[in-house]
Amino acid sequence: MKFSFWKSALASPAGRAFLALLLVLIAGAIFNANGAFFKIGTHRDTLRQASVYGMLACGITLVIVSGGIDLAVGSLVALAAVCAAKMAIHWNWPWWEVVPACLAVGTLCGTVSGWVTASLRVQPFIATLSMMVLARGLAKYASGGMKVSTAVQNSDGTYHYVEVPALFRAIDHRVLGGNLSVVTVIFLFCVALAWLALSRHRWGRYLYAIGGNEEAARLSGVPVVAAKICAYAASGLFAAVAGLCQAAQEQQGDPEAGSGYELTAIAMVVIGGTSLMGGRGGIGLTLLGVLTIGYLDKILSINAVPEAGRLVLTGIIIVAAVLTQRRGRT
Amino acid sequence: MRLTGITKRFGPVTVLRDVQFEGRAGEVHVLAGENGAGKSTLIKILAGIHSDFQGGIELDGRPVRPRSPLEANALGVAVIHQELSLIGPMSVADNIFLGRTPSRAGFVQEAKQRDAARHWLRQLGLELDVSQPVERFPVATRQLIEIAKALSQNARVIVMDEPTSALNAPEVHTLFTLIQSLKQRGCCLIYITHKMEEIERIADRVTVLRDGQWVGTASAAELPAPKLIQWMVGRDLGEQFPRRTQHLGAERMRLENFSVFSSGFSSRPAAAGVSLSVRAGEVLGLGGLQGSGASELLLGLFGAYGTATRGRMFLENTERRFTAPRQAIEAGVALLTNDRTATGLVLSLSIIANATLAGLRPLSPGGWRRPVRERQAAEVTTAPMRLRTASLESEVGALSGGNQQKVALAKWLQIRPRLLLLDEPTRGIDIAAKREIYQWVEQWTAAGIAILLITSEMPELLTLSDRIAVLHRGRVTAEFSRDKANPESILAAAMGQTECE
Repeated sequence: MKFSFWKSALASPAGRAFLALLLVLIAGAIFNANGAFFKIGTHRDTLRQASVYGMLACGITLVIVSGGIDLAVGSLVALAAVCAAKMAIHWNWPWWEVVPACLAVGTLCGTVSGWVTASLRVQPFIATLSMMVLARGLAKYASGGMKVSTAVQNSDGTYHYVEVPALFRAIDHRVLGGNLSVVTVIFLFCVALAWLALSRHRWGRYLYAIGGNEEAARLSGVPVVAAKICAYAASGLFAAVAGLCQAAQEQQGDPEAGSGYELTAIAMVVIGGTSLMGGRGGIGLTLLGVLTIGYLDKILSINAVPEAGRLVLTGIIIVAAVLTQRRGRT
Repeated sequence: MRLTGITKRFGPVTVLRDVQFEGRAGEVHVLAGENGAGKSTLIKILAGIHSDFQGGIELDGRPVRPRSPLEANALGVAVIHQELSLIGPMSVADNIFLGRTPSRAGFVQEAKQRDAARHWLRQLGLELDVSQPVERFPVATRQLIEIAKALSQNARVIVMDEPTSALNAPEVHTLFTLIQSLKQRGCCLIYITHKMEEIERIADRVTVLRDGQWVGTASAAELPAPKLIQWMVGRDLGEQFPRRTQHLGAERMRLENFSVFSSGFSSRPAAAGVSLSVRAGEVLGLGGLQGSGASELLLGLFGAYGTATRGRMFLENTERRFTAPRQAIEAGVALLTNDRTATGLVLSLSIIANATLAGLRPLSPGGWRRPVRERQAAEVTTAPMRLRTASLESEVGALSGGNQQKVALAKWLQIRPRLLLLDEPTRGIDIAAKREIYQWVEQWTAAGIAILLITSEMPELLTLSDRIAVLHRGRVTAEFSRDKANPESILAAAMGQTECE
């Protein structure tokens, strides 16, 4: 009886991803750091901290399902953050100009990576690696290599402080009586959007088909090049949303922000059970992966595990999770 | 060299049954047979690739049993496969001595290796810069490099599997001269070919396999072409399957001087100057042996090679040119590819997803998918196919070969095709599924669909086709009406003997 329950729970990728999350939560309940784990604030912070990564993971899921990879998203966070800070703080643009402009920058960069890999047939690893370096360069260029903060330099070299823009304050805010961060709401909105695209739109089906068997997809009339470019463009769009949130939370645009974020986001996608080979996976799985890694990190940190140990443990747990995912697939 | 009583099974299928084969020093022994007769399997046993078989191998009177290609090499057996096994970016010398690199304390002795490589190439009358990467040389030279490699391994039995398929006439001449000299050196050459002309030119003896069984061995002089073909076809065709009734309508598609350059305009076209037509409700069978170019012809007219085609195509008397499969699909042309797992299906997706992939656009107006409509559409196209599966949500990869093929067919029926291109529709599926597909062909033609059919199975070609065009090296060598078609003349045309009705 008991055995068959486990067996059926482990039969689907979703079951396995859910189980991994459950194990992490049980671990949190046991090592609850004198009850800290049971406070609502802990969960609010966990979700808030995981949200920026989660937005990246949504975009990367689209790309990975199509059989590609996107390494550029971390740099795009920095580029979008710098752009947002520049526009909102220094140029005093209103939010309805800042938001579309920022998202356009990210989408454009994503489109370029998509074009390089789909039309010019450069391997996605290389194409997006180039975009990762290029976007980091653009971020530094736009910011002059320094953080774009509320301390604005006067023409005589001295600084004066300006107010944090309303847009940033709105994003770095809490709702539901202070129990939910706005970034988490934005993240959940991204999840819904990516889910609609992947599970309910024709384009999503095309991405699965391309990731599963590109040649069969092409011979079945799937517009392979266009579908792929759109996937990378969407990934750039989600990265720009993440960059905007990052800027709002830090109240500045840091050209060094987001480095290494792409790897955390990929780990979240993979731990959820989306195959790096393409063709299998989904946004629901990615959501589970985001929560798993988010909670894992939080539980280790409230138990005051030093960073060194945290990284080692996280690495081991990712491999373990991926191994169980693969075993279920034979 | 002698092989006796070779039997080989793949799962429940017996591909070779009690086959005998013998090669003498200093002879060219041609191994002939239709596609799927078991030639390649026999060679793979000799080469140590398949080591689980019944029967025995003798070399110079001693029983041997190679368990790996390496062991076969050590015994003096070298196989030159159709797809060459050289490593493109590595140098000629490195390739010749791959796995046997002369070295001292782990370091390669470059000079020694180069000298030795030159020595063996010179035996073939070839002067090459052996430090150049192999990929810089033309295919013909690469073939000679493979032979040099075989010689350097002291091979006494050299197997060549259709070595001339990628060569032009002067290169073939060079190869044949070389074969003569290898004969004089006392090598035993086993030569697989589909070309009658080559058998006449170089064979000392010929052995024919058919359906995995040994038919006979005779000296080439005693085996004139008609008799050879009779040996190859030989089986009693009988009325295995009911013949189709004819439903001929107006002309649906016509090709005029159509060429397909599947590997670029600089190399030989896979199909050259093909002119043919097919009528509504008609099945035009395309006969031919491996490398005939029939598959490439279908892919080319379907738009799979982009702009790499020349010539004209008319669909219902309107000139069309497809440069992407999507355009062909929109015009009502469907192509069932010859390899369902590699190019036909997305194995990781469900039956519904696969069955609706080609016709997804009309099923998802405005871009948003309608899962319920997709399921209904898949139910409609798969219902007559009686798929053996628990649910249409199952992954296609979990289905049997026959059921997979049915899903691939369902995908194309979904677009309501006017012209159906079928490339080996019954490859690797069981007899029951085969019969079902034959019945559907009957139904489709009755519904007015025009069909171009490629099949390597002679009985299938003869029963299903209303007319048969035979291709040899990309050209149509003969066309038969269904009353005049017979296995012998089809095979003769497929082996390059040009004749017209």
